Amino acid sequence: MSALLTVDDLEVHFTARSFTGRKRVIRAVDGVSLEVAEHEALGIIGESGCGKTTTGRAIVQLEPATGGSMHYRGKDVTHLTGSARRAFNAHVQFVFQDPMSSLNPRMTVADIVAEPLRAYGRWNGRAGRDRVSELLDLVGLPPEFGSRYPHQFSGGQRQRIGIARALALEPEMLVLDEPVSALDVSVQAQVLNLLMSLREAQGLTYVMISHDLDVIRHVTDRVAVMYLGVVVETGPADEVLDDPVHPYTAALVSATPPSSPDEKRARIRLQGELPSASNIPSGCRFRTRCWRADEICATVVPPLSPKGDGNRAAACHHPLDLAAPRLREGIATP
Amino acid sequence: MTVTEPVLSLQSVNLELKTPDGYVRILRDVTFDVAPGEIVGVVGESGSGKSMTALTVMRLLPPKARVQAARIGFDGDDLATTSPRALRRVRGKRIGMVFQDPMTSLDPVIQVGRQIDEAYRIHHPGVGRAEARAQTVRMLELVGVPDAANRARQYPHQWSGGMRQRAVIAMALVNDPKLILADEPTTALDATIQAQVLDALARARDELGVAVVLITHDLGVIAQFASRVIVMYAGGVVEVATTRELFEDSRHPYSAALIQSRPGAHRRGEPLVAIPGRPPLMTDLPEGCPFAPRCASPYKSAVCVTDRPELERSVDGRLSACHFRDHHQEVVA
Amino acid sequence: MTGTTERTRPMRPSLTRRRELVPPGRLAFRRFLRNPAAVVGAVVLILIVLAVVVGPLFVPWDPDVGELIDARQPPSAEHWLGTDLIGRDELARILAGGRVSLTIGFLAALLAVTVGTVVGTLAGWFGGVADAIISRIIDILLSVPAVLVIIVFAGILGPSLPMLIIVFSALLWPQSARIARSVVLSVREQEFVQAARVLGSRTRYIVLHHLIPGVLPSVIVAATILVADAVLSEAAVSFLGAGVQPPQASWGNMLNDSKSLTVLTLMPWLWLPPGLAIFATVLSTMAVGDGVRDAIDTRRNA
Repeated sequence: MSALLTVDDLEVHFTARSFTGRKRVIRAVDGVSLEVAEHEALGIIGESGCGKTTTGRAIVQLEPATGGSMHYRGKDVTHLTGSARRAFNAHVQFVFQDPMSSLNPRMTVADIVAEPLRAYGRWNGRAGRDRVSELLDLVGLPPEFGSRYPHQFSGGQRQRIGIARALALEPEMLVLDEPVSALDVSVQAQVLNLLMSLREAQGLTYVMISHDLDVIRHVTDRVAVMYLGVVVETGPADEVLDDPVHPYTAALVSATPPSSPDEKRARIRLQGELPSASNIPSGCRFRTRCWRADEICATVVPPLSPKGDGNRAAACHHPLDLAAPRLREGIATP
Repeated sequence: MTVTEPVLSLQSVNLELKTPDGYVRILRDVTFDVAPGEIVGVVGESGSGKSMTALTVMRLLPPKARVQAARIGFDGDDLATTSPRALRRVRGKRIGMVFQDPMTSLDPVIQVGRQIDEAYRIHHPGVGRAEARAQTVRMLELVGVPDAANRARQYPHQWSGGMRQRAVIAMALVNDPKLILADEPTTALDATIQAQVLDALARARDELGVAVVLITHDLGVIAQFASRVIVMYAGGVVEVATTRELFEDSRHPYSAALIQSRPGAHRRGEPLVAIPGRPPLMTDLPEGCPFAPRCASPYKSAVCVTDRPELERSVDGRLSACHFRDHHQEVVA
Repeated sequence: MTGTTERTRPMRPSLTRRRELVPPGRLAFRRFLRNPAAVVGAVVLILIVLAVVVGPLFVPWDPDVGELIDARQPPSAEHWLGTDLIGRDELARILAGGRVSLTIGFLAALLAVTVGTVVGTLAGWFGGVADAIISRIIDILLSVPAVLVIIVFAGILGPSLPMLIIVFSALLWPQSARIARSVVLSVREQEFVQAARVLGSRTRYIVLHHLIPGVLPSVIVAATILVADAVLSEAAVSFLGAGVQPPQASWGNMLNDSKSLTVLTLMPWLWLPPGLAIFATVLSTMAVGDGVRDAIDTRRNA
């Protein structure tokens, strides 16, 4: 498997001015490296403020990278403008979290789905209309819905419209920003099923951003855990979530409510809360909330280094032990 | 199940709200009990009426709302017939409330501690400042606020979201209530913070014996914290069960589907059990069972479309609003 | 497999509520029709415009020329609204004056709204230095006393219709620019505009399909208020003698002609009709503007 998208040491910093006029640099993404293989689904998890959404937005050029580089099929895509950006976005599309605000309330569904076709000159009368019907059908909406407006639909249907629009240009990769977190539980399942079947049918590559570990575990192959602007752990989704190496991942997993009353989770309760992205702790960023932290964590930044059989990596001076290999054999297939 | 008198007992609570198109029925015959000191979960999708149920108990309703209830029993009183004046003495004293957004419950220009002091002194006339503050600090410590005495002198904006929600819980607890109504108390919070706040709520129950009605859309939170669950759909209660019963042997196809639609209940990559369609509009309820148009139960039959099932006991004593409540409900993908 | 089950079970929104299927534009129109003040305003405004446009065809008198022998006649079968101090037919003058007043009102408002929308949109869209400069210009222009400026300009350039229209619009555009700017600022940050960028839409498409349709409703409301503003300003300026010059009639200078005590006390037919015309025009445009604003308020779109 070759890397479709490579992100190297990506930085997205924002400068904010406080009302006293002092400049503060918010390091939303502060050195993120990722690789996404073709046809793979990569999940990015973490709590709000960890930079996962900003990373996703930077990939599709919605936020300008202030450092690092990104390559798509070997070509530099760090800073794209004009036609280069348009050419890139034809391959890499984005699905927004909120299906209400990301659809123009004054446009019909057909016009919304047709917007990318028009933008790329792929709209010519009948064929264009047929394509819109085809796209609506693909996401499970009857084509006659095209003449309606977004407010006439439920949340789940609106998210389908957003997905149809993202698929209009036949992209290779979708960046999905919390695609189901605005939806009711029963509707989430519909949209997740759609995303899974679309990926299979269209051979898509996904980067899925979510705070919901169950969603990520279910849909993605590999996962990157982010904390305060950096990736702290990566690896196959079920391995990382069943058997975390980084203390933060372990805490995140243990804080996630179980799926049934019988499921017992280790109770790790983190102290304190997420530090501000404009005032990042020295050394390991997680040390202020970590129960394993010692002097070295305050001074030396832990690099993301391989753990276990090399599929996995974590950035920690005092990683947790991997569980007995016996437990993991059944899962670790190349 | 319990021999003790329930602390809260709703019997056939109905609510109608005024809309531009006339009155719309929001709650329909909502009936359930809460035992002293238990944590009861109320689950349902948006619009199912779960929040409105709590607001109806507290009578915190929009103007021109119409409430009809056989009884809203609380701690020996019937809140359905209590005067608004008397209700004010119940709210905040004998029933505490915790809302989703802690910022709406805290005044940004008053110190956190002082707000909790006030909540205490309103219901305890004659109590001095020092005594009120001691109670405030006790409650803040109970919900896990470190350095409570000093932090009480800070303003809400100096507290993080999770800490603010603890302050709101402390405020709800300060008058030693019998019951706390918590409406999506952790929905706005991140997972690690959510766990801390829910732990605080559970600790309050353990130490003060207060009953908690935990309204949430998150079945995981229910599984972890609630001993019993009330499932609501389209303004009515469709199932009441212990948490274990609900997860293992649900008697209503909606609850069953809800549980099985969670990704955590499936093997990776497997299609999830999805409930097709969407909840009905309250202005446009089907004639029979409100869930019938989306129901995938193998037992579904003509009676579901014609007759609305009531919340009744099955042969083995389970409460479900399904014509086929005697059968274990399982939905297959 | 999931895909197929999904597709055979398309979800249909409830069809029983017809309201749901109506496009927002028509919904807004229906809401407008439900507002009595706005409907009355619209009817009055249409009647005034019709009268002013086609009315003169049916009045046999020349509005600018009169027979002195007919001067100061009260309303009669021959002169429905009487005659003025030099014998001109008052009805003919009201209609002709209305043409002038409404032309100034509508053209000045149209020009002001167009300029204001373009400038405000640019300021909101580009932000930064452009926005700072435009916003300061707007602030300065909004603090200029309009009537004074017109009197000065009338003194320098000599009063004329085009001069009045241009000066009015030059003084009125900042109001609509400010509105357009604030709307663009909010629309620009909407996710669907960001989505359009990711979807590869060019700036021109985004401006035409997302920005302008978003800005238009507020601008239309601003325009109705500007029409009323311009009509009033014309009346004020012409009343002061710096506006439309005799013998050409306008509602403002007709009032000017009637400012003597004898006319005010003895000849109400000379000042009541133009006064009422201004009053009715301003009030009805305001009512229409209010109605439009309430009708397109999306918060009522539930």
